[in-house]
Amino acid sequence: MSTARTRTLLFLAPGLGWLALFMLVPVGIVIADSFFQRGVYGGVVYTFTFENFARAFDPLYAGVLLTSAKIAGLATLAAVLIGYPAAYAIARGPKRRQPLLLFLVMLPFWSNYLIRTYAWIVLLNREGLLNQGLRVLGYEGEPINMLYTDATVVVGLVYNYLPFVILAIYASLSRLSGDLWEVSSDLGASPFDTFRRVILPLSLPGIAAGAVFVFVLSIGNFVTPDLLGGGRVQMVGNLIYDQFLSARDWPFGSALSFLLIGIMMALLFAQALVVSRSQGEHHG
Amino acid sequence: MAQITRALAGTALLTLAFGGPAAAQSLVISNWDGYMPEDLLDRFTEATGIEAELSVHATNEEIMGRLVAGGGQGFDVVFVSSPFAEALHALGLTAELNHDLIPNAANLYAEAQNLEYDPGNTFSMPYAWGTTGLCYRADLVDEAPTSWDDLLDPPESLAGEVTMLSTDRWLMAAGLLALGYSVNDTDPAHIDEARDLLISATDTLLAFDDTTFYSRLVSGEASLAHAWDGWCNYGTAEDPNILFVVPEEGSDLWVDTMVIMASSENQEAAHAFLDFVLDADNHRWVAENILYKVPNEAAMAGLDPALVEAFPNLGMTPAELLAMEQLRDLGEAQRDYTRAVTEIMAAQ
Amino acid sequence: MADATAPPAPARRRRPVGLRVLRGHLWLVYGFLYVPIAVLVLLSFNRAGLPTAWGGFSVHWYGELAANTAIQRAALNTLIVAVSSTLIASLLGTLLALAVERRQRRSGLLDAVLFAPMIIPDIILAIALLSFFTLMRVTLGLHTIVIAHVVFNIAFVCAVVRTRLKHFDYAIVEASIDLGAGEFTTFRRVTLPAIFPGVLAAALLAFTLSVDEFIIAFFTAGAGQSSTTLPMQIFSMIRFGVTPEINALATIVMLVSFTVLFTAQRMNRGVIGADA
Repeated sequence: MSTARTRTLLFLAPGLGWLALFMLVPVGIVIADSFFQRGVYGGVVYTFTFENFARAFDPLYAGVLLTSAKIAGLATLAAVLIGYPAAYAIARGPKRRQPLLLFLVMLPFWSNYLIRTYAWIVLLNREGLLNQGLRVLGYEGEPINMLYTDATVVVGLVYNYLPFVILAIYASLSRLSGDLWEVSSDLGASPFDTFRRVILPLSLPGIAAGAVFVFVLSIGNFVTPDLLGGGRVQMVGNLIYDQFLSARDWPFGSALSFLLIGIMMALLFAQALVVSRSQGEHHG
Repeated sequence: MAQITRALAGTALLTLAFGGPAAAQSLVISNWDGYMPEDLLDRFTEATGIEAELSVHATNEEIMGRLVAGGGQGFDVVFVSSPFAEALHALGLTAELNHDLIPNAANLYAEAQNLEYDPGNTFSMPYAWGTTGLCYRADLVDEAPTSWDDLLDPPESLAGEVTMLSTDRWLMAAGLLALGYSVNDTDPAHIDEARDLLISATDTLLAFDDTTFYSRLVSGEASLAHAWDGWCNYGTAEDPNILFVVPEEGSDLWVDTMVIMASSENQEAAHAFLDFVLDADNHRWVAENILYKVPNEAAMAGLDPALVEAFPNLGMTPAELLAMEQLRDLGEAQRDYTRAVTEIMAAQ
Repeated sequence: MADATAPPAPARRRRPVGLRVLRGHLWLVYGFLYVPIAVLVLLSFNRAGLPTAWGGFSVHWYGELAANTAIQRAALNTLIVAVSSTLIASLLGTLLALAVERRQRRSGLLDAVLFAPMIIPDIILAIALLSFFTLMRVTLGLHTIVIAHVVFNIAFVCAVVRTRLKHFDYAIVEASIDLGAGEFTTFRRVTLPAIFPGVLAAALLAFTLSVDEFIIAFFTAGAGQSSTTLPMQIFSMIRFGVTPEINALATIVMLVSFTVLFTAQRMNRGVIGADA
């Protein structure tokens, strides 16, 4: 017994040690820094203050947080609305073809994130393919600015994270027993009723997992707003980046990071609730 | 298990071999991408026998962040704009320059040896200098722009075809100059005023762009860009319809400098590099390649007149440049500028 | 088509229409996912200097790429970082997974620590590590990028291997030990082969994540080209102007990732998706 125990500890120690030293301690430093003052040219002056948090709730920065939440929320909504029917179509397709269909969904994810984002710059550019296509179709007005708007950023986020949503929802749909689809309609329920009363509730954990995933990755995103926002879309990730590079205000950047971590933890907690609720309803 | 052990040992070796602190023989020089002739470092090695490698940064802010974070470790020579050089100096990160090792400093214009941010070039050597203004496609605008107002409040026909610099100092300068204030103004009321003006200007903006505006002008995606003089020349080189103008309200004089990091273990080699650049022929080669003015009298004297004809802003004299206002570091007030810029970006 | 003996519930007759709409939607989704990539690949063979307007077929930009030593250096750096961080994370993550799955008691705190690296925004991990290394006066370089990448890779490896272990029957371990095999022999002969496909899948995921990662590398990289990774190079290329050279580089990078993926898929059928 005690050797097994020793072995468990031996197995745990290196990995946990790594995470403790290179994740928990650094995040701890960030949290600590958020209560200190900045140096004139960067760095941290170790004088205690709440000022960074007071600033974070200043309408300006709170507004950036809200914009980020709005953009992340829209991306989440769009990804779920587009991803759900796609996952549903795969789950209801022939069993034999499902792995291939799923593989095709996941394939783009294995290419570089920057490249996937860059592809949209090429497409949406003012002189880009979409505008050229419009011109071919007879559109004669000024080329349309499709880049550098909130909407472009949302499109970029959906594009990058849609595969995960489909995968998460598919995972929960594929777990439903095949009979379930039949039984309900045999009992006289319309397809819509079957969907609304049986399938949808049962796939809720998948939706929650996918949605939280997109939201969390979107709200802290830096690359997409930076490249597709053309400097005109400011999200909290960019704000944190700016504090560390251009503003030379590490403590304030740390405070913003601390808030972002708080928001995420609240969301994950909510998601865990959804999952445990739905498990409670159907299994307990 | 043996395999895993071997793999781990291999990894450790790899990491040590490639990841450890750079060996001391080779100079690490950080410059903006494309801001020196591609063969300059090879020429330097050929002339002095000193190996040098180039590291690129996209913005002053980026390299500042890196230098402040790491105490300058790993870098020997860094190219930054004058206010940033001033800040690095205030942080104690720059080395005191030994002029005995840089005899070519005598090639600099007298004006360039006594600039406000570093009189006597004690911690920085000027590499290129110029001003900021408007870069436009003469064939796409109805009327040539002449004023900062043309940038901030362009005619209807230019809506969505204008880009502006997003870097704190230059973005704010556009607003401050349009209002008749100093580019180094620290009065919070003036900063707020400039901010509001710039926010209203974002309505007609295509994008903030510090790096690719000239290619947008060439492709026709943009018609008017807030630009540094030398970088506008990149556009002119591809399309002669692209012209540069200094707005009538005036503008700033910026100086891009070379500084040696105090932490550098290759002080002598670093000095040799500065001296190499300031050599008349080498610095002329720089000017011809990057199409920016260099503050080197001997180099500019040898500049091909055809270039000045093709790119008129290369012909601006030191006296004309000195008539502009010199950019200075703002110290504490930098925070107000950063905040104002964040507000501009966040206000959509 | 449906068997005639089934009761002709109206629902049954209508469902195929709904499914057909759904399938149409699925194809649109594939279009959405693949058209941008296809356009990028197509434009990499564009002769014109502008990345967006077609000027005839050419492999000119691939030639430019072959001559670009900075990119080759960056690709090598990326490989070093990805291989190192994958090896370390695969080892530590697998050990973690084994230990965690064998524990009787579930610990919420432990689960949280193992989950956190997967969802913490990259930018936060990036600045946290930068602050940490700065405070500890660690010289930045490729080794600091490896350290950083191992952090999130441990978590992903551990998660993937744990899914595999959920279906693992510990009775065979007991049986092996009962039969007189030592702990180590049991591990090598019984446990490891059983979980190996999972470890391989995990390593593949870790490798891809590391090759792909930009912002953490950006903040934890040291001076000079000796610690510039490919994503950092790509980012600065995009920042500095959209040229067909990026299209060509993008095409090659995608080709390499997809080749690795297909090979892995053939070696271990069903790795992708099923375990993710």
